[in-house]
Amino acid sequence: MSRLLKVENLSVHFPTTRGVVRAVEELSLAIEAGETLALVGESGSGKSTAALAIMGLIDEAAARIPSGSVHFEGSDLRRLSPQALRQVRGRRIGMIFQDPMMALNPVFTVGWQIAEPLRQHLGLSARAARERAIELLHRVGIPAPARRVDQYPHNLSGGMRQRVMIATALACRPSLLIADEPTTALDVTVQAQVLDLINGLKAETGMAVLLITHDLGVVWETAQRAVVIYAGRRVEEGKVADIFGRPAHPYTRGLLEAAKWESQAGGMLREIPGTVPSLLEVPAGCRFAPRCAYALDRCTAAIPPLTRLAPAHAAACLRVHELAQ
Amino acid sequence: MPDTLWFVLRRTLQVAPVVLAIAALNFVLLHMAPGDAADIIAAQSGGSSAEFVAELRQAFGLDRPLYQQFFIYIARLLTFDLGYSYVQHRPVFDLIIERVPATLLLMLTAIVIAFVIGVLLGIVAAMRHRRLLDSFVSVLALIVYATPQFWLGLMLIVLFSITLGILPSGGMATIGAEMSAPARVLDIGRHLVLPALTLGLFYVAVYARLMRASMLEVYSFDFITAARAKGLSETRVGLVHAASNALLPVVTLAGVQIGHLLGGSILVETVFGWPGLGRLVFDALLQRDLNLLLGILFISSLVVVIANLLVDLLYGLLDPRIVHK
Amino acid sequence: MSAPLDFWRRFRRNRAAAVSFLVLLLITLTALFGPLVYPIDPFEMMGRPSQPPGRRFWLGTDVSGRDILAGLIHGARVSLLIGVAASLAATVFGLLVGALAGYYGRAIDNILMRCTDFFLTIPSFVLAVVLIAIFRPSVFNVTAAIAIVSWPPIARLARAEFIAHRDREYVKACRALGMSDIEIIVRQILPNALPPVIVVSSLLVATAILTESGLSFLGLADPNVISWGYMIGVGRSVLRSAWWMPAIPGFAILITVLCINLVGEGLNDALNPRLQRR
Repeated sequence: MSRLLKVENLSVHFPTTRGVVRAVEELSLAIEAGETLALVGESGSGKSTAALAIMGLIDEAAARIPSGSVHFEGSDLRRLSPQALRQVRGRRIGMIFQDPMMALNPVFTVGWQIAEPLRQHLGLSARAARERAIELLHRVGIPAPARRVDQYPHNLSGGMRQRVMIATALACRPSLLIADEPTTALDVTVQAQVLDLINGLKAETGMAVLLITHDLGVVWETAQRAVVIYAGRRVEEGKVADIFGRPAHPYTRGLLEAAKWESQAGGMLREIPGTVPSLLEVPAGCRFAPRCAYALDRCTAAIPPLTRLAPAHAAACLRVHELAQ
Repeated sequence: MPDTLWFVLRRTLQVAPVVLAIAALNFVLLHMAPGDAADIIAAQSGGSSAEFVAELRQAFGLDRPLYQQFFIYIARLLTFDLGYSYVQHRPVFDLIIERVPATLLLMLTAIVIAFVIGVLLGIVAAMRHRRLLDSFVSVLALIVYATPQFWLGLMLIVLFSITLGILPSGGMATIGAEMSAPARVLDIGRHLVLPALTLGLFYVAVYARLMRASMLEVYSFDFITAARAKGLSETRVGLVHAASNALLPVVTLAGVQIGHLLGGSILVETVFGWPGLGRLVFDALLQRDLNLLLGILFISSLVVVIANLLVDLLYGLLDPRIVHK
Repeated sequence: MSAPLDFWRRFRRNRAAAVSFLVLLLITLTALFGPLVYPIDPFEMMGRPSQPPGRRFWLGTDVSGRDILAGLIHGARVSLLIGVAASLAATVFGLLVGALAGYYGRAIDNILMRCTDFFLTIPSFVLAVVLIAIFRPSVFNVTAAIAIVSWPPIARLARAEFIAHRDREYVKACRALGMSDIEIIVRQILPNALPPVIVVSSLLVATAILTESGLSFLGLADPNVISWGYMIGVGRSVLRSAWWMPAIPGFAILITVLCINLVGEGLNDALNPRLQRR
């Protein structure tokens, strides 16, 4: 299986009047062709920032990317010229966003917005692009596509808008779809439909998916592998079955504990004590140490390296092997 | 439907007391002026006996109690009788009406030019945010706000008429020459350029600032990031996606200050000898024609009232919530 | 890189304000002491008419042989005097109306606001022209006319401020202490409402100067004093041959108004806490 996307040591810093916000620090991940990798973390963990950085959509005036390479289909996206990068965006990599109401332009019809990348990247005529847009609408499961194609985003429901976004992202048949919290803004019932849609399209086209989410249920339903991110750093990675079955990092454990509360008798929410550190003053050493029940002095001394537990399972914790018992 | 009708009726009737107040103000001002019609005529006929003046007074109804005169005044206004100009020997209303089209032409052209140029400048400034062009536009706006309009007109005449000789220095059309209809239109157009530019430059700055602010706000919306993620060029993102959304708030916010324009037209028409209402004010000033001045005050206030009413009605018809208040 | 950039922009803007303030100071000093240092009567025929700027007459002479530099200096006096006086009068009256309307609300607010809106309906420049035409031009009348057409925006602003403050805790506390309405209005709310009013008021000086110059250009100036607008009006007749005659006083107006606007923006940055970015 070939490596489709390989991100190495990506860091994104935001200089502010109060100091540098280290939103993403030395993040590495890899996606094989055709697989779904989930980037899991709570809000503010830096996962969306990482996704935008991969696409090169971070505002250069507001942020600095001091390190990192993003290898995709043979080139390092970080080194491409803006024109070359634009050829990749929307064409080889598609991206969908969290809130479909805000992510669609309110003054243009959905058909026009789906057709836009087709006209820009593939040079289709307006009529051909419109035909294809109707096809795409049908493919993402929107009924009466010929009628919907001329409607505006506000005429559609939340779930349909998300489908439109998916249609737009997949218009040029990209090999990678980046989905940033695709179901967070939707009703629970609609969430399942959209996830099914993504899985189905994935099976049809063989594309890979980078799924950004905080919802463990979504991870379980959709992803084969996952990378857990906390305060901008990768803390665990591995197959979903391994991570859910034998969580190695204390943070992952805490997440899973908290997610299980509904099924426990009494339904007590086991929260992870403490709060996420301000990304302005990051603790030296392991960023989770202040909240970790198993922390030792040496944990705060230096950043724990990624320790391998199994061929495809690793965690950034000094006590990984001990705790696995 | 009936709701809308009520709304229109209500709003229109609300106008009546304002018009009455304007008329009252005019009346008061008329009677504050030293001397009255009888004195003027007496002076014009080279002085006359006190009896003659008293006779004139009686003929004009100027010896009646003030409140009676007021009612007569209002009654006359309702029949569009704004009095008589003893200087130009014609009814004030006629004098005003024949000048209104020229002023309307000037004001309309000024606003349209200002809007087009201003919006374009605003778009460019926002797309080149924080770069040289943005600062340049801001500085330009500052200078425009500080420039006396009439002086600007004179300087433009020096530059374009006297030095470069490419535009006429005054008037509305070339006198005397026999011209075909299209040639005449072009001729008026040539004469219109400098006055319209002078009158409208202030608004160029206003619209540019508004559009720039609106664009910058739109740039922070998610669909802009989504558009970039589709691989569209930054130019297209700005001109198509951002500008289309930024324009609407500008159109609604940019309430045209008709009163301000009317005031400005006095100076601009005087400088350029444009045969409109503004120029009429200047002539009336020179000739001490008080009746004419007051008539113009009344009509211009009326125009403002009607313009405000129309805008209110328009908003009401566009936004159904206002109608049912 | 936005933080240092923001600071630089704010500093640059405040530097513009600082420079403008110095220029304004210079202009004010010229207005006050210029006639002493350069005691030439601007109305007296000093030399050959229509001379370009040269050695004897630094800015040349006008159509009647009057010294343009002297005119400029004396004109500064008139413009600044009328500008400041009109703005002050408009501010005082506007504050009065706005404070009463905002504080008492209901009927008083209704009546006062209708008056204010009424004045906003009438085109301000046209009204000023008519007023001066009726009452004859003089420094006082011009100042009064400009003040009369300028007070409504101040009243509206003051009203908004007073409405915002009248329901605040400290006002209720003052009432509980038995303070009279006047005391509350003047000593409690007014100091809080003042900063935005000051900014608008200072910008009003600029507008007043522009309006005054326009009125003078139309011939509605006090015949006993020389003003910049009047000089432009006079110079208009020789636009073809001596364009500097109307150009120079116009530049003076531009610079003065520009500086006032920049200082006003600087004041806004300084006084308006919402714009402070920490």
